[in-house]
Amino acid sequence: MVTKPLTKNIDMSRPPLDIAAYEASDGYQSVKAIADGLTPDNVMQIVKDSGLKGRGGAGFPTGLKWSFVPRGDSAPKQKYFVVNADEMEPGTFKDRLLMEGDPHLLIEGMIIGAYTIQASTAYIFLRGEYKVSEKALKNAIAEAYERGYLGKNIQGTGFDLDIILHTSAGRYICGEETALLNALEGKRANPRAKPPFPQVSGLWGKPTIVNNVETICNLPGILTYGVDWYHGLTKGNDHGTKLFGISGKVKTPGCWELPLGLPIRQLIEEYGGGMRDGLELRAFLPGGGSTDFMLPEHLDLKLDYDEIAKAGSRLATGTMILLDNETCPVGMVGNLMKFFSHESCGFCTPCRDGLPWVDEIFNEFESGCGTDKDLQILHEHVEYLGPGRTFCALAPGATAPLGSGLKYFADDFDRHIKEKRCPYRH
Amino acid sequence: MAKIVIDGIEYEANPNNNLLQECLSQGLDLPYFCWHPCMGSVGACRQCAVKQYRDADDKDGLLVMACMTPASEGSIISVQDPQAKDMRERVIESLMISHPHDCPVCEEGGECHLQDMTLMSGHNYRRYDKKKVTHRNQYLGPFINHEMNRCITCYRCVRFYDDYAGGTDLSAQASHHHTYFGRHEEGVLESEFSGNLVEVCPTGVFTDKAFSSNYARKWDLQTAPSVCTGCAIGCNTTPGERYGSLRRIVNRYNSEINGYFICDRGRFGFDYVNNEERIEAPLAKKEGELAVVPTDELQSAIETFQGSGVIGIASPRASNESNFALRCLVGDENFYSGVSDAEHEATQLILSLAKDSAFHAPSVREIELADAVIVVGEDVTNVAPRVALALRQSVRNKAKELAEDCNIPQWQDAAVRELAQHDRSPLAILSSYATRLDDIASDIVIDSPTEIANIAAAVANRISGNAPAASSDDSSVAQIAAQLSEAKRPLVIAGSTSGSVNHIQAAANIARALNEKRGAVIDLCLLVPEVNTIGMSLLVSERNSLGTALEKISNGQTKKAIVLENDLYRRAAKQKIDEAFQKVEMLVIDQLPSATTAKASLVLPSTSFSEQESTYVNYEGRAQLSFQVHRNHAAALPAWRWLSDQQSGDIESLINRCAEEAKNFDKLDDLLPDLNQFVAGMKIPRQSHRYSGRTAMKANLNVHEPKQPVDDQSIMSFSMEGIPATKDSSVLGAAWSPAWNSNQSISKFQEEINGDLKQGHVGELLIERNEIGSYLSVDQQPNNSNGGLQVAVAYQIFGSDELSAKSKTIQHRMTDAYVALSPKDAESLDLNQGDNVSLDGDGNIAIACIRSKMKQGTVAVYCGDNDIDRHALGATIVLSKVAEAKMKHGIQGLIVSDLYEDGY
Repeated sequence: MVTKPLTKNIDMSRPPLDIAAYEASDGYQSVKAIADGLTPDNVMQIVKDSGLKGRGGAGFPTGLKWSFVPRGDSAPKQKYFVVNADEMEPGTFKDRLLMEGDPHLLIEGMIIGAYTIQASTAYIFLRGEYKVSEKALKNAIAEAYERGYLGKNIQGTGFDLDIILHTSAGRYICGEETALLNALEGKRANPRAKPPFPQVSGLWGKPTIVNNVETICNLPGILTYGVDWYHGLTKGNDHGTKLFGISGKVKTPGCWELPLGLPIRQLIEEYGGGMRDGLELRAFLPGGGSTDFMLPEHLDLKLDYDEIAKAGSRLATGTMILLDNETCPVGMVGNLMKFFSHESCGFCTPCRDGLPWVDEIFNEFESGCGTDKDLQILHEHVEYLGPGRTFCALAPGATAPLGSGLKYFADDFDRHIKEKRCPYRH
Repeated sequence: MAKIVIDGIEYEANPNNNLLQECLSQGLDLPYFCWHPCMGSVGACRQCAVKQYRDADDKDGLLVMACMTPASEGSIISVQDPQAKDMRERVIESLMISHPHDCPVCEEGGECHLQDMTLMSGHNYRRYDKKKVTHRNQYLGPFINHEMNRCITCYRCVRFYDDYAGGTDLSAQASHHHTYFGRHEEGVLESEFSGNLVEVCPTGVFTDKAFSSNYARKWDLQTAPSVCTGCAIGCNTTPGERYGSLRRIVNRYNSEINGYFICDRGRFGFDYVNNEERIEAPLAKKEGELAVVPTDELQSAIETFQGSGVIGIASPRASNESNFALRCLVGDENFYSGVSDAEHEATQLILSLAKDSAFHAPSVREIELADAVIVVGEDVTNVAPRVALALRQSVRNKAKELAEDCNIPQWQDAAVRELAQHDRSPLAILSSYATRLDDIASDIVIDSPTEIANIAAAVANRISGNAPAASSDDSSVAQIAAQLSEAKRPLVIAGSTSGSVNHIQAAANIARALNEKRGAVIDLCLLVPEVNTIGMSLLVSERNSLGTALEKISNGQTKKAIVLENDLYRRAAKQKIDEAFQKVEMLVIDQLPSATTAKASLVLPSTSFSEQESTYVNYEGRAQLSFQVHRNHAAALPAWRWLSDQQSGDIESLINRCAEEAKNFDKLDDLLPDLNQFVAGMKIPRQSHRYSGRTAMKANLNVHEPKQPVDDQSIMSFSMEGIPATKDSSVLGAAWSPAWNSNQSISKFQEEINGDLKQGHVGELLIERNEIGSYLSVDQQPNNSNGGLQVAVAYQIFGSDELSAKSKTIQHRMTDAYVALSPKDAESLDLNQGDNVSLDGDGNIAIACIRSKMKQGTVAVYCGDNDIDRHALGATIVLSKVAEAKMKHGIQGLIVSDLYEDGY
């Protein structure tokens, strides 16, 4: 039985499988199933039944998201399917693994998604720096056209699909799906107001689905091996496998496909090899730079969306950043704040003008000039930049490590103020 | 209507609006920046945070942005909630982080929305002690100053300039807290509406450059409600005066006409009023030179022009009162039109169509409602700019329709635009050259004036077979006809400025065909060029064209003429005028010297629009009252006063008499303010209650404060004393309300946001529609017989209007006379871009302007500031290259999309 549907073909020591080898490894079976009579509604139901949740960070059920796209005769003829491959979350490098390692998996997933919502054009919005992915995807797309998996009347289904690979000019905000759509239209990458959601008015004002790379890569497996198989992969409440990554001072940082529901401790110790000798785990961000810190006391929680949420954080992209006891937590949070401040699109006031102030204050802490007043202002910004107050989720994301950092590392902030220097510097 | 609860009080609200709009409509104070009453919401600034509760039991509530939340039935919100107030204070604190505290030297100070909102939000202590972000400023041309350091990044400038007004050369650049609003490189802002940035910007990033160079605070300006005299639209304005000079013009809200925006001609075209060449005293010709008339000789000099046999020539730029006073003086039969014969013919046709019950002349607001438009021959942007801005909104009706289908509220501005993308309501433009509206047009036909009339006639015939047959093989006829037939509210635009009466005939036939097919009154917008073309033409008998007057002079039937505010060299061929002027003794009343005043035996100085109270009739037949703003400090009088008994009589009795005696003017006296509404008979002060320096202004002359001049003509006073218009907006010059010092205070005077002004009026439509007309035969123009090029007349927003062209600010943007021609014609004539060419070899020199979209065989002639004798040009002309002549401006300032050579 296939236990690692996402990475079964991936071996980074060799180039990705070409289309023949991919087909030989159960590839493009789902397209054949569609050719054999699977309707868009059938596929929608299968994806709903699978319980697949979006892997881009928010964890929204994929089938439900798709179901908001208008269907039937009265629906707009043109719809779009867009892959969010603008992977820029700090500490996150899972989509890169999929695209560099097995580009055909993404293309097959895109065919399934586009077929379900009946989109004749699909875009891959790829992070500009992902040059290796770009090359791999270009090759794979050309092969897929050649084999009749893309283009007109795919495999005799009567379904047409073109895939356009768009390499982004870059910016973190393009990971926000509506900012991505603006960028794809050639406009400023500012997020759009929701509602209307992209499912109703998306790219060029037409119904659009934006899914993350990893989400889409789940689709071929679900269609090829079935919902029961998919449910059987899991140990916890959520279904399927997920790519988990670890960065930070562990012995073997990396990215692995594991079933959802694995205990956190197992991930760090078994796959990450535990902390480097002489270091202790101080805290960790469970799902990238915009999630709340968790502490060693949380190590026995399971890696699934609900359980992490109950502990006050988010599984998000599933790629952890570990903080050890010799790295300054104030410096780590400050570094993240510098990132978020710089990546603000500049549209709404709290994010645009609040984050730079936060960043400036961390600079003061770093140089030993932080004051109690600065600390007070940081606390205020946790609320000020929080959910509901800003236009999109960028600033609230930034407040996750900021707020939890202020809570868990209060002593460290105090020491910076009292000692007028960073106590971690020697 | 929906019931909503704000801070425990129930209000009736329109569920199609958002909560911010409803709060403001209810008169509540809620700060905002990025929202604009007619540009909708985008949710950028986060300033209008309120607390919203799910239901009466919900005690916690959620913060929402009022501008992004519908005022739906049962909404419960709190503006006063401590958390919401704290959020609003925080937002202001953020916005202020890099804002320079340069209010004392900032032109916006005292009318700054940011100042008002900062106070309203309660932010008063600066905690940010880090480095501010700074920017470099750009040169943006003669109209607008740029001071980016003041920017609070509300995105209003680009939303107005690009999204609303269709500009392409102002954009948001860079990102995060370095976001920058400017051009891709320094240069003149191209949009004809760039001046609105001054009012759209909530702080001092974009300020009025001309005003800055001769600056006074808003509270130090003497103001009164006025009407723009730049074209026939009649936008409402507020001119401001200080120390005897007119300093600036800003928009004055009128829900039917200009709303919140005016064009740059209207905003920057006033400073001829301050021109040092203004005629200051009565002048009489002595030994061939004009010299000041001694006071004791004046009366007898004037009296020589009274009595029988004197003819009067009217003026389309003079008020109804002055024209009427002249008519009273010389008698109906001796009162002649002051426009060219061709324009007179066209205007008379327009007036007859204005009485036709099949049509309706749409206001600017109504033009915005049109969902299919055809423009026949008019260059709307250059002759009636505010209408062009309205057409840009009309093509968005498609977007509004799409949004409604998707349940997206209309105020969700960005969402509606993203949904519709380039889907627009149809706009067909038939023109002899590429226009500034082509970017939003669905059908563009560029052809000779003759062919345009043919195509328009064919459209009419296609809509209804009863319309006169017309032969045109143009492929777009069927589509244009279908678009107009299928529309909910089609609009036909033509006018007299294209110079072809057959354009009006064909346009009227289109409207009549639509009326016949649909059985509904059709919007027919017929444009005329000047502020009072319609008012003057209503007073002049149809027979009395300028040509007949000139004939009368040439025949020797009359020896004396009074010319009212008119340079007749702009109205007929120079040769004809010269001939006539040799045979007539003239009294000319005008503001500035002209070729006509030079030939007068007596010249009397008249006041400018801002120095007199007067009424004008716009293109719709809408009469409006414009108040006097300031006094003329020389001997100028309103022209009507020179023409009537100078000692007695006032403007109100003249208006009453005009209403009584002049046909079609019977509603004119309704414009006069109702005196009963004023408290204790106190006048309305033109000066604000904060007006400063009154005791010191003239101290260099005399330390005793002079008595304030008394205005016995008007309900307004040249003073701070009196009852300011705090709620009554019929006499509202500069809007101000406690805590609202900026122009945004207008919301305090509106019945509801974007609604009518409380007690204010929008003018009176004078012309009654009670005639039933029929299809017109469309005149055929003579064929091209002499092998020349067919002439179309071109206009420029900066330069084609006589008076604004005398303003220094406008002169920076003017071009010389040019001849636009196709690349092939240029090639066959061996002309290059910028060459000087002679028209018909008669000494008229223009610059060759090769435009790639011109039709071969047609040229568009722009006459400059009467540099080319337009009335001497035939229907066709012959061009020849001449040696380089000295020109004033060149054509570098020309903003067109199809210049043949880049980089010229």
